[in-house]
Amino acid sequence: MEKLLFKDIDEPGLNTIDVYRRRGGYESLRKALAMPREAVLNELLASGLRGRGGAGFAMGKKVSFLPKGAMDVYLCCNADESEPGTFKDREIMQKNPHLLIEGIIIAAYAAGANKAFIYIRGEYVLQADILDAAVKEAEAAGFLGESILGSEHSLSLVVHRGAGAYICGEETALLDSLEGKRGNPRLKPPFPANQGLYQGPTLINNVETLSTVPFIIQMGGEEYAKLGVENSTGTKLVSVSGHVKRPGNYEIELGMRSRDIIYGLAGGPPDGRKVKLWFPGGSSSPVLTGSDEDLDLPYDFDTMAKAGTMLGSGAIIVVDDSTSVVDVAYKTAYFYRHESCGKCTPCREGTNWTVKMLERIKAGEATPMDLDIIASVCTNIIGHCLCVLGDAMAMPIGSMVQKFRAEFEEEIERRREEAWAATVAPEPELPLIQGAVA
Amino acid sequence: MSFEVRRFSHGSRVPDWNDAVDLTKDPASVPDPATTPVPAELRAEIEAAMARYPDHRSAALPALAAVQRHHGWCSPEGIEQAACVMRLTPAYLTAVATFYDMFDTQPVGRHRVYVCTNISCSLRGADELCERIEQAAAGDPDINVRHFECLGACDIAPMASVDGVYVGPIELDEVDELIDDIRNDRPPLPRKQLRLRPSADTLPLDGKDRS
Repeated sequence: MEKLLFKDIDEPGLNTIDVYRRRGGYESLRKALAMPREAVLNELLASGLRGRGGAGFAMGKKVSFLPKGAMDVYLCCNADESEPGTFKDREIMQKNPHLLIEGIIIAAYAAGANKAFIYIRGEYVLQADILDAAVKEAEAAGFLGESILGSEHSLSLVVHRGAGAYICGEETALLDSLEGKRGNPRLKPPFPANQGLYQGPTLINNVETLSTVPFIIQMGGEEYAKLGVENSTGTKLVSVSGHVKRPGNYEIELGMRSRDIIYGLAGGPPDGRKVKLWFPGGSSSPVLTGSDEDLDLPYDFDTMAKAGTMLGSGAIIVVDDSTSVVDVAYKTAYFYRHESCGKCTPCREGTNWTVKMLERIKAGEATPMDLDIIASVCTNIIGHCLCVLGDAMAMPIGSMVQKFRAEFEEEIERRREEAWAATVAPEPELPLIQGAVA
Repeated sequence: MSFEVRRFSHGSRVPDWNDAVDLTKDPASVPDPATTPVPAELRAEIEAAMARYPDHRSAALPALAAVQRHHGWCSPEGIEQAACVMRLTPAYLTAVATFYDMFDTQPVGRHRVYVCTNISCSLRGADELCERIEQAAAGDPDINVRHFECLGACDIAPMASVDGVYVGPIELDEVDELIDDIRNDRPPLPRKQLRLRPSADTLPLDGKDRS
């Protein structure tokens, strides 16, 4: 397969505009600006490109939802990559920032946006510095600013640094945070496409989605749609981490067999170990097991949805049989409890109590009934919150309890016995005198 | 039989709930520029940030980050200065500052060491690493070690962010060297920094263990 996003990703100086242009950079922009706006949109629609941030919504459709008319339209690039296990956007921004900027300019042209923001998580200091420098270079070269390349299109681009909050990767929380508020999600509808940043229509897309746009323009939407499988077109960056020999980002064609990613590219678990479970799309996705049936699933949006999970952000976290499923569940739930913004009750309380129940299991104070309570908490969170953060905890925890119930029960029993053995009082040294106490 | 409910200040049953505020004072309004001295550098930085957005309030995060750089933490004094420049109430900015993990609303050491202890890192021993780093830095008021949720570098797990520089994978026997580098203001473990790491996708599939 020919690489798109990761083609010569380690070429020295690729993050500078000179090297990027020498390799044909910003040519797609020139081509797009020579086309009418609707034609660019049609290419995006024809490509079938689905959002790479987690929800997998068709990008072209999202652009077409923006209302027409004379008003300020905004474009936000979601670079708040905080989903545990995901680190693909980091590599794009660090090594090929101009690809992202070119994609943003083209997408802004298609959407009719004149102001764009990159919301990058505050922890990515190096990447934000690189983006800042790249934006300056692009401005100096005339790709950003008034009437780009002599066309009618003008665009300003601001790199906005977050300050450490997972919830700001949720699109409406991102908008609130970008407006200088606490990052609380908003009630939807109205969706950001109608009323987003500063109450204006807003297009929000992930870094990888926007970075793919130049290739779609260069190849043509239909040509791009030939990559991958039906309904999951194109290439995808997958971040493989956890118990694998070669963790890292790999560019694959969608529809590749999951086993070939985990074992072929990432080297599989350490020798002598077996895959116990894996998250196919970041820690928010329901887990799959190490069974042949699950490992042989093609890695694409629809197959994953059919298997009861999701492709999400494309982050595969592999857990081998040396780790207890209770510990994985605890780590997952703990993260969501920490990151819940506290705005809606099911998520704020549900994450908290799930962690407490898992703590009870770890401390040897639980009974198998706690598993039923965990499952019922999970079903009561899903669909009952403003955003999907609560669901993102409930889905993986619920799936772990469901698929590894026997192991949970064994662990509860084992840890209870351990705790009991540790607390039984030692035999008193002196024999008790019968009847001495009135 | 009578129970006496223990009461704390202002008749509350909860101790220390009002530590952060002085209830005898009126709510703080937008600070008066005449009585709020703001360092020129800080003012320039905040004003430059405000100019970049259609709505100046969007500069709240960059302004608080600037306050943290100048004062070492988001101190009440610093927040008041930012509020003065941005024409907001200090309460508004305090509410924002307390939401985000990277803003410290208590004084901390000037070196910030975030150790990722999320799923992928903890599968590779991050909890023990975090403990060891905490032990090695114990008693040093300059180093602020805290465990952090996913920092987005699971390929170099277990890892830490040292003043914004990503380092990993960190072996347990490298902890002392790391702390030594931080204490002496040297770049932390230069050979292990993320910026030097080649993409896994470009390396040959030779079956070698690179974790």
